[in-house]
Amino acid sequence: MLEAILLTIITAATPLVIAALGELVTERAGVLNLGVEGMMIMGAVCAFACSYLTGVPLLGVLAGIAGGAIFSLLFGFLTLTLVTNQVATGLALTILGLGLSGQIGESFVGIPGVKLQPIIIPFLSELPFVGRLLFAQDITFYLSIALVVCVGWFLFKSRTGLKMRAIGDNHGSAHALGINVIRTRYLAVMFGGACAGLAGAQLSLVYTPQWVENMAAGRGWIALALVVFASWRPWRVLAGGYIFGAVGILQLHAQAFGIGVPSQFLSMLPYAVTIVVLIVISHNRRTTLINTPACLGKPFVPDR
Amino acid sequence: MRIELERRASASSLFALVSPILALVLTLLAGAIMFLMLGKDPGHALYSFFIEPLLEVWSLHELAIKAAPLILIAVGLSVCYRSNNWNIGAEGQFTMGAICGSMLPILVPQWQSPLVLPLMLVMGAIGGALFAGIPALLKTRFNTNEILVSLMLVYIAQLFLDWLVRGPWRDPKGFNFPQSVSFSADAVLPELLESGRAHWAIVFALVAAVAVWFMMRYMLKGFQVTVLGSSERAGRFAGFSSRRMVWFSLMLSGACAGLAGISEVSGSIGHLQPSISPGYGFTAIIVAFLGRLNPLGIIASGFVLALTYLGGEAAQLSIGVSDKVTRVFQGLLLFFVLSCDTLILYRIRLIFSDGRASAEARSPHA
Repeated sequence: MLEAILLTIITAATPLVIAALGELVTERAGVLNLGVEGMMIMGAVCAFACSYLTGVPLLGVLAGIAGGAIFSLLFGFLTLTLVTNQVATGLALTILGLGLSGQIGESFVGIPGVKLQPIIIPFLSELPFVGRLLFAQDITFYLSIALVVCVGWFLFKSRTGLKMRAIGDNHGSAHALGINVIRTRYLAVMFGGACAGLAGAQLSLVYTPQWVENMAAGRGWIALALVVFASWRPWRVLAGGYIFGAVGILQLHAQAFGIGVPSQFLSMLPYAVTIVVLIVISHNRRTTLINTPACLGKPFVPDR
Repeated sequence: MRIELERRASASSLFALVSPILALVLTLLAGAIMFLMLGKDPGHALYSFFIEPLLEVWSLHELAIKAAPLILIAVGLSVCYRSNNWNIGAEGQFTMGAICGSMLPILVPQWQSPLVLPLMLVMGAIGGALFAGIPALLKTRFNTNEILVSLMLVYIAQLFLDWLVRGPWRDPKGFNFPQSVSFSADAVLPELLESGRAHWAIVFALVAAVAVWFMMRYMLKGFQVTVLGSSERAGRFAGFSSRRMVWFSLMLSGACAGLAGISEVSGSIGHLQPSISPGYGFTAIIVAFLGRLNPLGIIASGFVLALTYLGGEAAQLSIGVSDKVTRVFQGLLLFFVLSCDTLILYRIRLIFSDGRASAEARSPHA
């Protein structure tokens, strides 16, 4: 029983961790992309379509990544090249993504999908308890852990990561130092899109292997909150993702047990917890100010 | 090829007028391409989407019904966005307004009086305003991000409504449908003209738009909104309180959304049900931007977006495309609006040769 619950928590937390990590990199470069929900749902529909048409779910994962990344380019072009308002453009990305995915996915509604098969790591998966939990998962779980490690190393140990953080904190100075602000930001936005797409692929290939309209159900927004929760640090995203995943799963179990609280109130829990967490994290104005990339959401036009 | 932006000395008033129209034209072009890809005749599709609904009296009434909540919500949002407070939870405030306003006809249906309707409307507006007060309180007290909080509250409001109409407020004689009792005649917003369904909500919307326009243009409060929105620091030097502005703008937009919610339920639906809005609160964001955050512009853009809803319904029947096309149109429109607005502040230069030309252009400064 405990093992089953932990397994579902891992499955629920993985897309949150992946999407939030992508957004974390984007925000570290100083770009606020509120379109995570839209990129996620585009990734989900691309992944489902590709895996259904080819019969190879692994290709679906790639399609999800590509779908999210390409879709995020739209946001990049508007906010970085045309310097539009990032908040409004992110919202536009979400609105368009929800519509477009509904349109693309219309013929897939009600079709059972192909589930992404787990990759069982020999020997390790035979360990008692943790073996089944951690070493017999599908590729998206392994990727989520690898991404946490890699993003953590990249941002804080590599030269390019340092440059990226410099851009996020002061794009004017970074530009003066000869760092290509706009190109780096394009890459950061695309990385965020690719991660959101991968998270979406996990939803439509692992979490519930089918296409349901609007199946991201606010997870993209929760991922955005997760970045704030994690105060822009990759390892904390991992922790936060699992807390949010656990809340989501436990409320489902509570609904199944029927603990006397109407199911709607239990369904509110993930959203309510998000608000409470935001309060706890943000109430100290000074630490928030220190952690937030200073140029987050600010427009940048290089002076020539 | 590269694109470079050059800041104009002053905002172009020509493009301020042209950009929404340009955006509309581009959206229509993109729509034509989309219909081609769906295998439909684009001319016929666009005609049935955007022209046909305008040709009959009943559908003009429907247009007014759909435009009313969009305009009302967007007018409130425009004040928020101008003051740099990003309320994106209007959908939730709409829902809460509908719930609060419906308390009277559902909980005390036996009370019949001409006072019922005005009280309902006031309660709706208060409900929406208080619900928008949550992100305001959290932003001013705890420094939380109003974007995320207001959005999370949308889900909470919708689930709350769902619980009400399936649980305590369900009509006992309703054959187990998740619906409240139908409102009595005193609680229904009356129709405006004899020729169709359009009700008073559109009047509220137009009055609100003109009132907010007047406030933004001629009143100190409006000036405060603009100053604090463009530069909080400058506003502080002028002695304006940005905290109070957070409260003011969010509660005002919440009240507008709440009024829209109760008007919709009372005028168009006649009872509460799990789903009372086809995403008006989110579409109103597009309306606000297409109207360039100007209340008078919002009146025009509200009708345009209402037309996409109607056209979507019409096209579903006449050319057999799904209602998702509406959402795609709306998303595209917002994208084009935002990119065309760049033209107001910047000149756009296309640079075709790489490196050399721009190096030459730069050399005098070097």
